[in-house]
Amino acid sequence: MKKVNNSLHTSHFSSPFHIVKRDDIVWWKAWMFRVISVILALIVCGVITISLTGINPVKMYLTMIEGAVGTTRLVWNLFQNTAILLCVSLAVTPAFKMRFWNIGAEGQVLIGGLATATCMIFLGGTMPTPLLILVMLVLSILAGAVWGLVPAYFKTRFNSNETLFTLMMNYIAIQIVAYFTLEWSVPKGSGTPRTLEMGQLPALFGQKYLINIIIVVIITVIMYIYLKYSKQGYEISVVGESENTAKYIGISVKKVMLRTMAISGAICGIAGFLLVAGTDHSLKSDTAGGRGFTAIMVSWLGKFNPLFMILTSFLIVFLQKGASKISEVYRLNPSFSDIITGIIIFFIIGSEFFINYKLKSNKKETEAERC
Amino acid sequence: MLITILQRAVMQGTPLLFGSTGEILTEKSGHLNLGIPGIMYVGAISGVAGSFLYEQSVASPELMNPFLAVLIPLLCCLIGAGLMGLIYCFLTVTLRANQNVTGLALTTFGIGIGNFFGGSLIKLVDSDVPSIALSTTSKIFKTELPFADQLGWFGDIFLSYGFLVYVAIIVAIISTYILNRTRVGLHLRSVGESPETADAAGINVTKYKYLSTCIGSAIAGLGGLYYVMDYANGVWSNNGFGDRGWLSIALVIFSMWRPSISILGSILFGFLYVIPTYIPDISVSAKKLFEMLPYVVTILVLVITSIRNKKENQPPAALGLPYFREER
Amino acid sequence: MEQKIALELKNITKTFGSVVANKNVSLQVRKGEILSILGENGSGKTTLMNMVSGIYFPDAGQMFIDGEEVVIASPKDAFKYKIGMIHQHFKLVDVFTAAENIVLGLEDEKGFDMPKYIEKIREITAQYGFELDPDKKIYEMSVSEKQTVEIIKVLFRGADILILDEPTAVLTPQETVKLFAVLKNMRESGKAIIIITHKLHEVLSLSDYVTVLRKGEYAGTVKTSETNEAELTEMMVGKKVFLNIERSEPENCTDRLVVDNISCVNREGIKLLDSVTFTARSGEILGIAGIAGSGQRELLEAIAGLQHIDEGKIIYIDPKTNQEENLRDKSPMEIRQMGVRLAFVPEDRLGMGLVGNMDIVDNMMLRSYKKGKSVFLQRKAPKSLAEDIIERLEVVTPSSSTPVRRLSGGNVQKVLVGREIASSPTVLMAAYPVRGLDINSSYTIYNLLNEQKKKGVAVIFVGEDLDVLIELCDKIMVIGGGKIAGTVDGRNTTKEEIGLLMTKTSYEDNVKKGGSDNDEKSE
Repeated sequence: MKKVNNSLHTSHFSSPFHIVKRDDIVWWKAWMFRVISVILALIVCGVITISLTGINPVKMYLTMIEGAVGTTRLVWNLFQNTAILLCVSLAVTPAFKMRFWNIGAEGQVLIGGLATATCMIFLGGTMPTPLLILVMLVLSILAGAVWGLVPAYFKTRFNSNETLFTLMMNYIAIQIVAYFTLEWSVPKGSGTPRTLEMGQLPALFGQKYLINIIIVVIITVIMYIYLKYSKQGYEISVVGESENTAKYIGISVKKVMLRTMAISGAICGIAGFLLVAGTDHSLKSDTAGGRGFTAIMVSWLGKFNPLFMILTSFLIVFLQKGASKISEVYRLNPSFSDIITGIIIFFIIGSEFFINYKLKSNKKETEAERC
Repeated sequence: MLITILQRAVMQGTPLLFGSTGEILTEKSGHLNLGIPGIMYVGAISGVAGSFLYEQSVASPELMNPFLAVLIPLLCCLIGAGLMGLIYCFLTVTLRANQNVTGLALTTFGIGIGNFFGGSLIKLVDSDVPSIALSTTSKIFKTELPFADQLGWFGDIFLSYGFLVYVAIIVAIISTYILNRTRVGLHLRSVGESPETADAAGINVTKYKYLSTCIGSAIAGLGGLYYVMDYANGVWSNNGFGDRGWLSIALVIFSMWRPSISILGSILFGFLYVIPTYIPDISVSAKKLFEMLPYVVTILVLVITSIRNKKENQPPAALGLPYFREER
Repeated sequence: MEQKIALELKNITKTFGSVVANKNVSLQVRKGEILSILGENGSGKTTLMNMVSGIYFPDAGQMFIDGEEVVIASPKDAFKYKIGMIHQHFKLVDVFTAAENIVLGLEDEKGFDMPKYIEKIREITAQYGFELDPDKKIYEMSVSEKQTVEIIKVLFRGADILILDEPTAVLTPQETVKLFAVLKNMRESGKAIIIITHKLHEVLSLSDYVTVLRKGEYAGTVKTSETNEAELTEMMVGKKVFLNIERSEPENCTDRLVVDNISCVNREGIKLLDSVTFTARSGEILGIAGIAGSGQRELLEAIAGLQHIDEGKIIYIDPKTNQEENLRDKSPMEIRQMGVRLAFVPEDRLGMGLVGNMDIVDNMMLRSYKKGKSVFLQRKAPKSLAEDIIERLEVVTPSSSTPVRRLSGGNVQKVLVGREIASSPTVLMAAYPVRGLDINSSYTIYNLLNEQKKKGVAVIFVGEDLDVLIELCDKIMVIGGGKIAGTVDGRNTTKEEIGLLMTKTSYEDNVKKGGSDNDEKSE
């Protein structure tokens, strides 16, 4: 047998490439990959738009920017939507960091919104508005937390699959909210949701969405600090990275799981509160509007870092608003924006591979080893 | 009335059966494909687009070839949905992306495609029809089996459906057979249970993941096609498909990853869906609570199976987990 | 009768980086013969056999099957030459039946005919005397049944050369007896069998020839009928190598940790620890020797509060107050809160002792993050600790904010040991702390342990290299099959003495256990 210069190989050594995990990548390189992927995605979207509609791509992107930030009202709208999406994304982040797949944000938001709406309807007028708002906030936090705790309890107690459990909890929440929407609609059963007058969040400096944005900014800062500098945040990281290590140093994995899911649900509850009391002033089964799912992508694309997530949530809302402007101007269906969003997310997801791994040609490597 | 309820339950259940059979095949390879709702939309719109273009291309409905009228949408649907599966596979298997994130993005994308083309198809091909109503094609899809009207209740219950209903049941039965009785099924299940073991036994894990996901997606796509062509009489309406994609995933859990149980489960889910219509004096809002029941039942099944902890009723052990051979 | 040589290896050499796993190893095994490959942990037995089964590829050397030179580059090639290996860790699908696992991955042009396969499985079981229900699910099986499935899997594929890696490590004595009967049947029917082991009594009772490896090198082949335990032990452990590890005289020794008669049983009912009793004293290094998997891990984890024990007490004696505290059933957090300064360097460094993706500073906090009433982390102290450790132990790292997973093995261990001793412990437990480390790092670790000993810490050191144990430890306790086989004085013991305790006692113990079980049956 000849001397073979190969340390280890298994049956697949004939393939032309093999994949090597990168030890480390400088941050600017990683961001370069992401930016390139977004640019590629925009090119692909442009090609698709042209082939479908024949619109000049430059004009298309200009329309998009105009649709997102064209007027002051649109800018406020953009920030308000970014804030809500960011809020939900912040909510799911601690759970994901713990490797607990909470894909039930949609339901947790709705249940929070339901709690708010209930207060606005039944307690409205019985107490001063500031107190009413406080009660609304507290109850939506509790409602969201409970909705998050149920799957967490069964996960810690019986090891039920949390992905499937939280997913199912969404639709239970949606149907419950659909029920109450109809019950409360005016006239009853008509489906036109009642406008909730009492307990609306006040406009600050004449801007009705400002308070939402401020609250989310506060939550962002708190979450950033919580995850990075608090003892509980540290425990979340340890549990997420290695349950064995958590046990070794005596962290109770179950306790951390329950606590974190309560927090996750609670912040979703706040998002529901902001949507109902601060934005829509009504409750519908699509009040959450799929943000519970989009948030998962935002959080993941933002590497579970609240500061990056500001960027990713802004990017996604910007695209959605811009794309819906295109569909409006060129009389296309508004779902156009979902297609654009989908394509861009595919590209960003795909780019992560090139950030984490590199392809190596097998031939080159053996040559390099010989040198 | 009972017969009508049953009939409608079967019709409601058929999209779910397609969806869950497709998802079961996918999950058996260890991939939780949350893109199924989007895939079903794409399956539906691909079929609709194919059929629409065909209907537009013939001068009058009488000249349509019934064979082509079925084949074209069917093929378009399988290809469209299959391609969605391919996107998912490429991202999760080859590029090792997170399954949940990819699946959810696929759902956003797929529903977007469905609603966009559903709403813009007419404009895009410069047609002058007011809306997409593929009544001729739908009629062919809805053709009942022979003797359906002549055999009384037997005909009503067993023979009165369009052919896709039978396809759904046959596909579920074939899937059960393949999973449990063939080598391919054994290998597929081993990939979802323990990819390392399968790999060590010389099974091409990547190939199985790709094939099962793409085939599963194509099958799920048929659920969308059935809904438009048969259930909705060929009329496309945006978001008309509703949350049936998620119900399909619920059905997977409910049937504990067995397509054979899915057949009955789909009828039960369909039954829960239609039953409020037959309850006298029920309010519109209470109907919403009935629509919640399939999910509640599914959670109960999930909880009970995890409490009983019987290995056979658990999700595939490697579900949702990435697999790649450790490179050194 | 002249038997044909089934497999022959000539001058096989294999290196991993700078580590030589096998050097010029030669061996041969004939049809109808059982060959034992004997050697201590880390002597290269498994690596050698992995080359035969196509998992690794040798750097140099030749392989012959039935006299023909062959190249085995993949498991498929090995399969082609009818070589089947049964690994220590089973690769089976839990929810499948035995039969399904056995036929998994098999391509059969004639189609998939389960009843026929089951028929064939039954034939194989009957032929060699296995006991196996082909329809039983793996998760319902005992370890020995799972092993049977693995062996039949190999036979089903028509293997003529069978390699078993430590097959008895996971078996009860009764199961071992059964396995040996089956192996002897296979020998009768002309199979060539290689078993990798480090248990002398198994070698003597089963095999025809023994090939001994020592630290990756070929130490010779002897005929079993012409050898004895003493000769094999000597071949296995070799001559004493002097390492020059400094060892001070223990001073002011007092009892610190009294482990009193602890036992624990796993889910399969096998005793992982069986009435273990010993005392660790301050200012002493207590070595624990034994073949891998004899209960060392469970013992340390039981003390650290990670392993539930069924019987016994673990008494900690406070150095200041002389108060006695029972640590049994306390969680690691509770133990720390009781004021017991117990440091533990576990075997699995990155999976348990450290978090690979966190940087050095954050890993420093693992033990101490809860300190203080603030809800926030205090990174100042851990940061200066990290920098202190990096400087003092010469950890090679770009900075203290580098994730530990990116450090080399020796540096990872320095970080871990550094953190554990930083809490000024009174008891320090270290499991295989120098495994995979280069010479320099190893000596750093020895010095650290000695330093702690001089400070009056009770050190418990689980090791595998007998030379190190003998030079480093004041007392050496030998553990076998979850039981204490004996304790010797590190200053006047020999490798042979420890080697015999490690291997022989577990045999006597097995016989005793087997005997008592038979008694129960006859009742």
